[in-house]
Amino acid sequence: MSASAEPKPDSLLKMQRCTIRFGGLTAVSELDLRIGGDELIGLIGPNGAGKTTAFNMITGVYQPTEGEIHFAGTPLSGQAPQEITGLGIARTFQNIRLFPSLSVFDNVRVAFQLRQTTGMFQSLLRGAAFHRNEKLIESEVLEILDIFKLSRFRHTMAKNLPYGDQRRLEIVRALATKPKLLLLDEPAAGMNPTEKVELTRLIGFIKEKFRISVLLVEHDMQVVMGICQRIVVLDHGVKIAEGSPTEVRNDAKVVEAYLGDSHLKKPAAAVD
Amino acid sequence: MDWLQQLINGLAQGSIYALIALGYTMVYGVLRFINFAHSDVLMLGAFAAFFLAPVVGTILPPQSYLGAFIIVIVSAAICAAIGILIERLAYRPLRNRPKLTVLITAIGVSLLIEFTCQHNAVFGARTRPFPRLIPEHNFHLGNIVIANHDVLVPIVTAALLALLWLVVQRTKIGMAMRAVAFNPQAAALMGVNINRVISFTFGLGSALAAIAGILYAMRAPGIEPLMGIQPGLRAFIAAVLGGIGNLPGAALGGLLLGLLETFAGGIPGISNYRDGIAFAILIFILLFRPAGLLGEVKTEKV
Amino acid sequence: MQLGAKRWLIAAVLVAFGVSALSGYFNRYYLGIAIDVGISIILAVSLNLINGHTGQFSLGHAGFMAVGGFTAAKLTLELTPSVPAAAQPALFVGAMLAGGLVAALAGLAVGLPSLRLKGDYLAIVTLGFGEIIRVIFQTSPAFGAATGLTGIPKFTTLFWTWSAAALTVYVVASLVNSTYGRGFLCVHDDEVAAAAMGINPTRYKVTAFVTGAFFAGMAGALYAHHKQVLKPDGFDFMKSIDVVVMVILGGMGNTVGVILAAILLTVLPELLRGFADYRMIVYSLLIIGLMLLRPQGLFNLRRRESRSAAAN
Repeated sequence: MSASAEPKPDSLLKMQRCTIRFGGLTAVSELDLRIGGDELIGLIGPNGAGKTTAFNMITGVYQPTEGEIHFAGTPLSGQAPQEITGLGIARTFQNIRLFPSLSVFDNVRVAFQLRQTTGMFQSLLRGAAFHRNEKLIESEVLEILDIFKLSRFRHTMAKNLPYGDQRRLEIVRALATKPKLLLLDEPAAGMNPTEKVELTRLIGFIKEKFRISVLLVEHDMQVVMGICQRIVVLDHGVKIAEGSPTEVRNDAKVVEAYLGDSHLKKPAAAVD
Repeated sequence: MDWLQQLINGLAQGSIYALIALGYTMVYGVLRFINFAHSDVLMLGAFAAFFLAPVVGTILPPQSYLGAFIIVIVSAAICAAIGILIERLAYRPLRNRPKLTVLITAIGVSLLIEFTCQHNAVFGARTRPFPRLIPEHNFHLGNIVIANHDVLVPIVTAALLALLWLVVQRTKIGMAMRAVAFNPQAAALMGVNINRVISFTFGLGSALAAIAGILYAMRAPGIEPLMGIQPGLRAFIAAVLGGIGNLPGAALGGLLLGLLETFAGGIPGISNYRDGIAFAILIFILLFRPAGLLGEVKTEKV
Repeated sequence: MQLGAKRWLIAAVLVAFGVSALSGYFNRYYLGIAIDVGISIILAVSLNLINGHTGQFSLGHAGFMAVGGFTAAKLTLELTPSVPAAAQPALFVGAMLAGGLVAALAGLAVGLPSLRLKGDYLAIVTLGFGEIIRVIFQTSPAFGAATGLTGIPKFTTLFWTWSAAALTVYVVASLVNSTYGRGFLCVHDDEVAAAAMGINPTRYKVTAFVTGAFFAGMAGALYAHHKQVLKPDGFDFMKSIDVVVMVILGGMGNTVGVILAAILLTVLPELLRGFADYRMIVYSLLIIGLMLLRPQGLFNLRRRESRSAAAN
């Protein structure tokens, strides 16, 4: 194993022997996963391998049947999704889930209610502190929209955005919660090759600019192989391989799991 | 032996709720909305029988079982037609609109029927005695008295339930109904005529409501244009209780509600709260089973 | 825009005061309708917070109104004889607030268990709570059982009603038009996504229920001291439906539209009084016709996009 593929000792996220069962079905079995600070990890596997389920365990949508998850030293068991977001894990969804009837501006703006100091009563009293705070939020929202070239859409309802921009907005919205770890659930789904290249660049840019860790669930090998430092492969809910892109690509078990699925794309002339 | 009397009362009451609940749940199954006008179709069924009884009485001897049968069938057919007409005029144009729009329209239709029927040129608001459709006699079992009406109601209900089960499970249109309930788009792609299935569902549900309305009227002091509201509301509760969209659930919910209500009504102190009991039961059960007794909890895919 | 919010409130209260001062010159019939309109606005705007902004379909608003009305009326009936005439407005305001608070408690009681339920299930449970509240008043001798309360002092004036209406509009609009308040709209749009953004959907839903119930309770108090008689029958689910129709007619989540709809639906039946026999038939035809022709609401002229523009 190459040094860069080793999980860093000071793990930001530590998933230990996590198992989840739905009725009789074991969706994910004894999954160990460590993500260090400033890492970009790929989680791959064929359809139904349990990638999104692993995601949902981390974000509190599901509670693991067995096992523990720690984030920056805090156990996540029993925490609601919104509490986990508050701790610093943000996510996107496989099937884009924006707030369709809210403007682009408002979609990002709501992220700030998490850390703001003005709540219900300030909203009612509308004093100086409230207005100062709202101004501050406004400028921050506009700033982040500017970075991702979405400010010209600020008054557009999210549902009226073009598809690619909706994907981007969802990532921006997640970033606005100021996470330490960003989880991206199949961001390349439904994109054409050009858009995929752009997305790859965008993810690299985010990692550089915001200095955060990223866990990328992806079906598309090209995207994952191109940018991830370390890749974890799931099949039928079990981790079958972990390592650098080169190691994973040459792993016999991985090849077998993907055979007949995307082996046509596998010899990817990309990295080598 | 008081409990036996209560049991029979509760069964009769519950059977009527079950019949009405089936209509709510069938419509919900295919269209995913609550047809508020259903309780008014029930009232129209009772009025149809009210006006038909003297007509049939001129041909057949009064209070004959055959005459009652004819009255019930004709009333059911009239109401089926009304149900289909309501769907055609008010709900079909809104087929792809938000559910809330359809729900409010249904409330509007319900109000329209109620207020129109209350008008003096139509039925008028007064309560009228319901004619006796079948000969009345009582069975004596020790010191309790059981009216033949009360026995008839569960029997008719059981027969109708069996018939409905056959229609839904064993006929082509029943299969189409299940397909539309499961996934309307896919059903349409497979060549199911959705409009026909929906019309049929409304017709069937309204016919059942008409029969329930007549059975209800036979046990009630009289009929009036707002008579459908209370049993309609109870049946609606029964449908939700059983898991809305689920046919056996509606039948179970109806029977359960009828029995619980009758028994709770017999307890001194609680009987005053009779109108609230059904809802209290519903809320209590939904706290533990948010999708009703037989309804499946659908977890949202994330 | 935001700076003006409080000024609008003050201006509205001043208008209410001015008009109320002149109310002696008005025809009593029109004065009564003006008060009815104010009460309708309170009911519709407060329900709009629950149904329109937060997307929790509630059919129990009449229940909250009943709680507020009976609480306030019971208080003034008991206390008026022992309170000097000069202090009576204070008593009325106190009774109104008490009515609102007890209704808010009822809102909490309804909101909490209802959180697991969605859509039609929530609708039927809120309807059920409303009916249970009505049955409780109908059977408790302290509140006059089925006859209800009579001889309630006539404390409600145009000033109190319109001021309360202005306050309701201000509170709901201020709540929603803030970064905090966008949470209500997020819960309306997508609860799962809202939670992922750190929004606690439960807290927002309960807040909406409690706030909505508070104002419905105040409306009940105003109603009680306007009509001077309070019958449990008047708070059946048809009353809740009336309010829901106002909200939908105005356009869910559209405050201005909902206010206009509340005015229209309160005045219209009065205009149709000449056709007493056909009045309710016309009313129901109107509902059906509107749903078929303008389902987005009669007054939904602006789009939601403009909201963020207005807030900036």
